[in-house]
Amino acid sequence: MAPHVKIERGTRTSRIAGRLALVLLAALAAAPWWTGRANLRLLGEFYTFVALASLWNLLAGYAGLVSVGQQAFVGFGGYVLFAAAMFYGVPPLLAIVLAGVVGALIALPMAPLLFRLHGAYFAIGTWVAAEVFRLSFAQVSVLGGGSGTSLPARLVTGIAATRDQRDMLLYWCALALGLGTVAMIYALLRSRAGLALAAIRDSEIASESLGIDIFRTKLAIYVATAAVTSMVGALIFLQKLRISPDAAFSVNDWTAYVIFIVVIGGIGTIEGPIVGAIVFFLLRETLADLGTIYLVILGMVAIAVMLKAPRGLWGSFSHRTGIVLFPLRRRVVHPDAR
Amino acid sequence: MEILNALIQGVLLGGLYALFAAGLSLIFGVMRLVNIAHGDLIVLSAYLALVVVQATGLHPFVAALAVVPLMALTGYVLQRVLLNPTLGRDLLSPLLVTFGLSIIIQNALLTHFTADSRRLAAGPIETASLGIGGGLSIGLLPLAMFLAAVAVIVALEFVFSRTSLGRAFRATSDDAEIAQLMGLDRRHVYAMAMALSAAIIAIAGVFLAVRTNFDPSTGPLRLIFGFEAVIIGGLGSLWGTLAGGVVLGVAQALGAQIDPGYQVLAGHIVFFLILVVRPRGLFPRMD
Amino acid sequence: MAEPLLSVRNLSARYGDFQALFGVSFDLPAGHVLALIGANGAGKSTLLKTIVGLLPCAPGMILHRGEGIGGMAPDRIARRGIALAPEGRRLFRSLSVEENLVIGGERGRAGPWSLDSLYRLFPILREKRHAPSTSLSGGQQQMVAIARALMSNPEILLLDEVSLGLAPVVIRDVYAALPAIVATGVSVVLVEQDVTRALGVAHSFICLQEGRISLAGAPGAFTRAQITAAYFGT
Repeated sequence: MAPHVKIERGTRTSRIAGRLALVLLAALAAAPWWTGRANLRLLGEFYTFVALASLWNLLAGYAGLVSVGQQAFVGFGGYVLFAAAMFYGVPPLLAIVLAGVVGALIALPMAPLLFRLHGAYFAIGTWVAAEVFRLSFAQVSVLGGGSGTSLPARLVTGIAATRDQRDMLLYWCALALGLGTVAMIYALLRSRAGLALAAIRDSEIASESLGIDIFRTKLAIYVATAAVTSMVGALIFLQKLRISPDAAFSVNDWTAYVIFIVVIGGIGTIEGPIVGAIVFFLLRETLADLGTIYLVILGMVAIAVMLKAPRGLWGSFSHRTGIVLFPLRRRVVHPDAR
Repeated sequence: MEILNALIQGVLLGGLYALFAAGLSLIFGVMRLVNIAHGDLIVLSAYLALVVVQATGLHPFVAALAVVPLMALTGYVLQRVLLNPTLGRDLLSPLLVTFGLSIIIQNALLTHFTADSRRLAAGPIETASLGIGGGLSIGLLPLAMFLAAVAVIVALEFVFSRTSLGRAFRATSDDAEIAQLMGLDRRHVYAMAMALSAAIIAIAGVFLAVRTNFDPSTGPLRLIFGFEAVIIGGLGSLWGTLAGGVVLGVAQALGAQIDPGYQVLAGHIVFFLILVVRPRGLFPRMD
Repeated sequence: MAEPLLSVRNLSARYGDFQALFGVSFDLPAGHVLALIGANGAGKSTLLKTIVGLLPCAPGMILHRGEGIGGMAPDRIARRGIALAPEGRRLFRSLSVEENLVIGGERGRAGPWSLDSLYRLFPILREKRHAPSTSLSGGQQQMVAIARALMSNPEILLLDEVSLGLAPVVIRDVYAALPAIVATGVSVVLVEQDVTRALGVAHSFICLQEGRISLAGAPGAFTRAQITAAYFGT
């Protein structure tokens, strides 16, 4: 007789945390009514970094594609939004979605080329690609060339009539994008594709013999990540209302800090990038007065975490306590054992 | 004629890029490490040279005699303290630690030297040139850089093929586990490789400082140039890095002929073109 | 009684998550040839790797001249005069034959073995001295691996699966060198699949079975059936 078991993923903690998260989300969604403009901006920025960090984590922590060139898509998304809005009259919020589509289309031919490089060389290759983007956009004079351009006022007011309404709208966009990104990644990792990724991470050779197409899996992840990263980039520059090649394709802003966030929080976990982003913003807000020294400290913290606690803050915590908020592992549960 | 002159400039510029690339190639060959802070260490060397020159009034090339051992020592310590603990783990640990190092160096330099761009005066050699007929001429400084690159590569080839240290490098690269059974301390061998790499970085840094303006943010582009030269030339081949540097230099010089804005872009495009046609580079040696 | 050259005391070792050795103890006197026999996976290679420091263990589990060397860094153990010719030869592929030998001796001790004496022991290697080590036949590669270990003039030589994958006639050539090696006074631990050959050259033997010593003593002290039983665990 077959043993009476069932397969479960949820844990007690994850179910309690799920309810708490709903309360927290409701509070965050209502933030425009309980906090000021400055905090709203900060929170909006925080959500975009959560999204960028989660995306990089999916790429590096789950698909083994360590990229240091994600600024290519952040900047590209931003430029697509500006170009679509300025030259084709696409409403900016719709242009965010468009940026995602175009971002995927440009990533599709890039991936096979970059996949010719392996390991750390792949990483630097993605960086060179981002540089090509930066230098190319610097040549486009209708977008302001090397000095960049601002979003014309008529387009800005087109988003919403008053500044308060715009801030609210962009805040909710950021919240939706941040939340959507984490939810998408969680769903992806729980799907068959997530199983394939886990198999590839354990052993490329074994997974290939199981019939997993490594190239196509990695390609799909790379392109999907590029698409969402482009959308986040579009939103970031819609928040800033100004874009220039150096700001759009900054390796420090869109890749170095993002990597530090993931590593400090815990690579290869869904919670890690969120925890890392909280730590990053706390550090930034408390040490911002120190100027460049703050970045030196950030670099040191990242190195220290990598050397002393390579699982990151959340990874170490989870490893010690067994607490997981976004359970991915399937567990066999014997009903009588409860 | 202008094209021909640009070509000569490009070839000689390739020498500098080969210097950027040689140190990168060396440590990848010995321990499969890619040092993201490579370019920042080059800029750090340039600032070190600046400090030495300002303190002593020596010629930059004489100051190099102090900068090279200082950087070698820095490289040795860096490897023992920060990088050795990351080796043998995954790809990410060394990448992230060197990335962190890159941010630290850039911002520490920024704090100490501000964002102003600097340059080292090398005296008459900067403008001196050799006429080679037909209205063409070769700048003495670019020529010196190119010859220095050739000398560095000859010296590296000698170290690798003829010395005990070179045998230790090759043996450790082949099979790090068994190399230890030859009484080789792996941590020391790796640190020596990084020291040697840093010595070449120092030479490259001094040349960078006299050739062009530099500021704390200019490191990453040097890493990228070095990386492109390594990949174009083919992984693991020292003479390949010189060829790669020359190809990159020529591409940039010709790009600049079209429009100054295309100089760096042309180099990147040639890099990707070569990746399409010859993914293993021009002179591949390593698997 | 004189202190044994090498003493293994209640050694337990793991290979990843898998415990490969359980409470193994034995002594190796100076100038002694010890054969280590046992089926595949019995823990023979694990034992040798632990002795040379490639696998961790507590310091007191392995004593060299009375000093605990368990878990010491492999390069320090090598410099004390313990050399291994590893399973599968594992020559340095980008080094020539002679370079493989030179690197074996560079950090070693003084003694009878030098390039010249090893070329006399294995004349074919003199002929091939400048060839890349990968161009050699299996038997020649095995000679290089043994010679590379001897170059450091070790007082303990560990030979792991010397005859694995070699033709019988080649194995005979390799084994022909053993008496000359032992005559210099070096102690040898020999891991060998071919039990008859191993017992033929050894002063004593240890039979490992699933990580435990199942039989130990002088080769002549047991019947063939007793050894077979210890080997296969019937």
